[in-house]
Amino acid sequence: MTRVVPRPVPTADNAPFYDAARRGELRFQRCADCGTFRHYPRPVCSRCLSRRFSWERVSGRGEVYTWTIVRGPTLPAFEKELPYAVIDVLLEEGVHFVSRLVDDPPDEIRAGMPVEVVFEKLDDEITLVKFRRRR
Amino acid sequence: MSVPTIRDKAAVVGIGQTRFARSLGQSETEMAVEAIWNACDDAGISPRDIDGLVRYDIEQTDEEQMCELLGGPSIGYFVGTPFGGGGSASVLAVAASAIAAGMARHVLVYRSRARGKSSSYGRGRDQGGRYWEKLGTDLSGLNQWHVPQGLVSAFQEMAMISQRHRIEYGTTDDQYADVAIAFRQHAMRNPAAVMRTPMTREDHHASRMIADPLRLYDCNIETDGAVALLVTSLERARDLRRPPAVIRAGAMAAGSHHIRLSNLFARDPNAESAPRVARALFAMGDCAPADVDVAFFYDFFTSMVILALEQYGFAPRGEGGPFVENGGLAWPDGRLVCNTNGGQLSEAFIHGLNNTVEAVRQIRGTSTSQVDGCRLAFVAGANTDPTGAVLLASDR
Ligand SMILES: [Zn+2]
Repeated sequence: MTRVVPRPVPTADNAPFYDAARRGELRFQRCADCGTFRHYPRPVCSRCLSRRFSWERVSGRGEVYTWTIVRGPTLPAFEKELPYAVIDVLLEEGVHFVSRLVDDPPDEIRAGMPVEVVFEKLDDEITLVKFRRRR
Repeated sequence: MSVPTIRDKAAVVGIGQTRFARSLGQSETEMAVEAIWNACDDAGISPRDIDGLVRYDIEQTDEEQMCELLGGPSIGYFVGTPFGGGGSASVLAVAASAIAAGMARHVLVYRSRARGKSSSYGRGRDQGGRYWEKLGTDLSGLNQWHVPQGLVSAFQEMAMISQRHRIEYGTTDDQYADVAIAFRQHAMRNPAAVMRTPMTREDHHASRMIADPLRLYDCNIETDGAVALLVTSLERARDLRRPPAVIRAGAMAAGSHHIRLSNLFARDPNAESAPRVARALFAMGDCAPADVDVAFFYDFFTSMVILALEQYGFAPRGEGGPFVENGGLAWPDGRLVCNTNGGQLSEAFIHGLNNTVEAVRQIRGTSTSQVDGCRLAFVAGANTDPTGAVLLASDR
């Protein structure tokens, strides 16, 4: 069983996200007509059906909306990290992003906990977007 | 002129199943055949009479194989429902659509799973074992957004959704236990059920935490087994040997899916698939949740039953937890008797279709936890998937 961390494959839709992350920037699609941020990447705004958008940099600040503490089973690639906290971050811009809480013990997590983005290089192409507690 | 719907156009006339066990050592195809043969015997028709097929798109045995297994080129109509457990009830709505439109005369619906832990683990992505262990290392689909973060499986995704319900409404471990215990009590009266030993609140709380807030006893069991149902027109059903389980109404809704967690949380809760199904279903059935005699929820996790009670209108938002307390779902005196087979938590995990079969038994009056005078059964697919639900009614 592989212990390699599963990695995203950039596509035409999502490449700008990973390009930005590699530079240490968090960017999401934003509708050019109604201004709504969205994630996951898609070619249409679900709110107003506009197909005009740009990739805009966001604050990287948000709060924990919900979470789970994974205690296993999990993929072999993550077994050495058990237990770990996966969080759904509600960013200030209104976007939800599934990520990992780093640095803090998972048991200290709570709803509404302020968090900020950190970047974790996986390889030359992919940098993962994670979050840590904002104090 | 009346609006054309599938209301009362078709009925379930045959049900069949294999033994359920941790491992049966048979292929999914072999188990499917056994369940289908049993359903045909039950209905009093030949496998050669089957001319329509509605299958889960994740089913291993494809239409071409099934055509041969049924004794020749009989299949004229074939469709499937995507999203796994989301289809466990809507397969009947789809079958009824085919009957009502005259596209088929006898429609087969089935599900076969050789996924028990000790079963032959196939190497195929959808074959045997845990699908999430076979995702590979290059992710091009939407799972690329959460799997690299360590959120790798459905139970972890459900844990996130369950946690949010606790944050908003204060749902408790005790309420989770109330669901698990009620269904275990049902399983203890059902000789076909895999889990028949008593479960106490302490047993539940002592079971291993898998992904907070879900413990082992909050999760469906993993089993081998297959079930099958046969659907025909109500007119023909009245000539067959079993009392028809009339498909009173059916509805489907695409949308919220647990794999798209972020989107799920971004939406208005009333715009999720399950509440949309509820509105369409009870409108077609011209009835309300209060009219339902017995209900079957897709019990992949205890917490999801609590959420489904709210989404389908059996309990107000946030009151699903209190609803299940004090035997709220238990036969015979619960507020709403649910999953009388023991469900997927205790009978078997046949992707929810075993619950659909039990709903037919309730309408026939043959359940081991039979609801007195049962005339209307509600059956729903997985409520955090693109999903569907049906109402089954007696013909009396
Ligand atoms: Zn827009």
